[in-house]
Amino acid sequence: MRYSGFRIIKEALTGNRGWQPAWRNPEPKPHYDFVIIGGGGHGLATAYYLAREFGKSRIAVLEKGWIGGGNVGRNTTIIRSNYLLDGNEPFYEFSLKLWEGLEQVFNYNAMVSQRGVLNLMHSDAQRDAYRRRGNAMHLNGADAQLLDAAQVREMVPFLNFDNARFPIKGGLLQRRGGTVRHDAVAWGYARGADARGVDIIQNCEVTGFRMTNGKVQGVETTRGYIGAKKIGCAVAGSSGALMAKADQRLPIESHVLQAFVSEGLKPTIKGVITFGAGHFYVSQSDKGGLVFGGDIDGYNSYAQRGNLPTVEDVCESGMALMPMIGRARLLRMWGGIMDMSMDGSPIIDKTDIEGLYFNGGWCYGGFKATPASGWCFAHLLATDTPHETATAYRFDRFRKGLMIDEKGVGAQPNLH
Amino acid sequence: MIINHPLLGPRDAQEFTYLGDASLIDRPDWSAEDANEQYYAYAYLRDNPAGLHRELWFHEQGDRSWLVVTRNTLTHEITRVELASDVARLAGRSR
Repeated sequence: MRYSGFRIIKEALTGNRGWQPAWRNPEPKPHYDFVIIGGGGHGLATAYYLAREFGKSRIAVLEKGWIGGGNVGRNTTIIRSNYLLDGNEPFYEFSLKLWEGLEQVFNYNAMVSQRGVLNLMHSDAQRDAYRRRGNAMHLNGADAQLLDAAQVREMVPFLNFDNARFPIKGGLLQRRGGTVRHDAVAWGYARGADARGVDIIQNCEVTGFRMTNGKVQGVETTRGYIGAKKIGCAVAGSSGALMAKADQRLPIESHVLQAFVSEGLKPTIKGVITFGAGHFYVSQSDKGGLVFGGDIDGYNSYAQRGNLPTVEDVCESGMALMPMIGRARLLRMWGGIMDMSMDGSPIIDKTDIEGLYFNGGWCYGGFKATPASGWCFAHLLATDTPHETATAYRFDRFRKGLMIDEKGVGAQPNLH
Repeated sequence: MIINHPLLGPRDAQEFTYLGDASLIDRPDWSAEDANEQYYAYAYLRDNPAGLHRELWFHEQGDRSWLVVTRNTLTHEITRVELASDVARLAGRSR
């Protein structure tokens, strides 16, 4: 069923009796050509593009819980392509371009809203760094605009411009960045994949891999054995635990990141604002809640909940940036498990095991990457060659010293 | 989280800096045949377990000792705290 304004009117006039479930709930088949482990944004996007762009069939997505219950429903919904390094920027710009056409392509309202992402600067050194970053973005076809303090003040007059320690000296603005309704991304991809024959199998946890002579044959699951020619893992924070079942050690640690939503407020913040002197990012949802977050807690965790010191740190950063936030009450907070890689950049690559492919290490930037991650992983699964924008996302970059370390902090995942 | 320091008693985890997996104590032999491979694994690969995890914490705001904390990554429960120097000596290191 195609969604449209006409369809809504028709259904309204006929008692809304014609709506159907957006995807089937199939029983797993004994064998598939492609099995994608992980029914989050990346896994569903991978299945969708495998079917749509690469013409593949006999595809299944295995999800241990329900689709959209993991990080795709836990993030702070920001999309942007403001990276510095050559290994990253073309990929994220590819992703942003896919976001721009996504809703028409998969016929689902994901509320992609290009309301702008503003990174604030607080020192002369930071201005130089942002100028360089903006130039790197331009070189890769992205948009970037360096604003001075007066221009920022005109946009967002409520910020604490004259903070004694961290005065706001300007900002780097990417107007094409913005926010997306994250649940709808999972649902849109699921519906689109299902319509192309992909089996989305929920409540199906992978408990092991079946292998012969270094080649993967299929997966053991809580719903029985499922054979597959090629298996792709896209399980974010669970990457370490899942790949351990295939005796693979990864350059990844799992960490918890907390996110927060305030009570609903009148429209105040138009786009996304990030604090440059701490780690704090905030936007306002269409319902009015301030959606914000900061650093990861900083220790290995699979708990999907964090501790209070980080909550305090995030709120302090918020207060330093926009003191009026102190009057807002917190409505909800939660944690998600991030696959923090050793250089802060992701991996989309084959593994040492034939037929087993890996997509992970997204740190806390996976949401914005969803479309390109799915596309590039599908490209790798379908053709056995990396997509042109993801050639740097290889396992062997650590062995070869070809790290993509945006922050330059080294092999210390809790600092990325 | 409260870390029960072997010398100082219970201390807030905020006083500590987290480094990572306690396997970082076992630095490979630089003169080994396969030192390259060993250092690659040492520096970049992690077990990253869901469950008990032995990890290094540095008491930066305290006595500046290194601790090996055994903590459950599923619940954040800390079950054991040792001085890293004791752990290293037990493993045969001289210092």
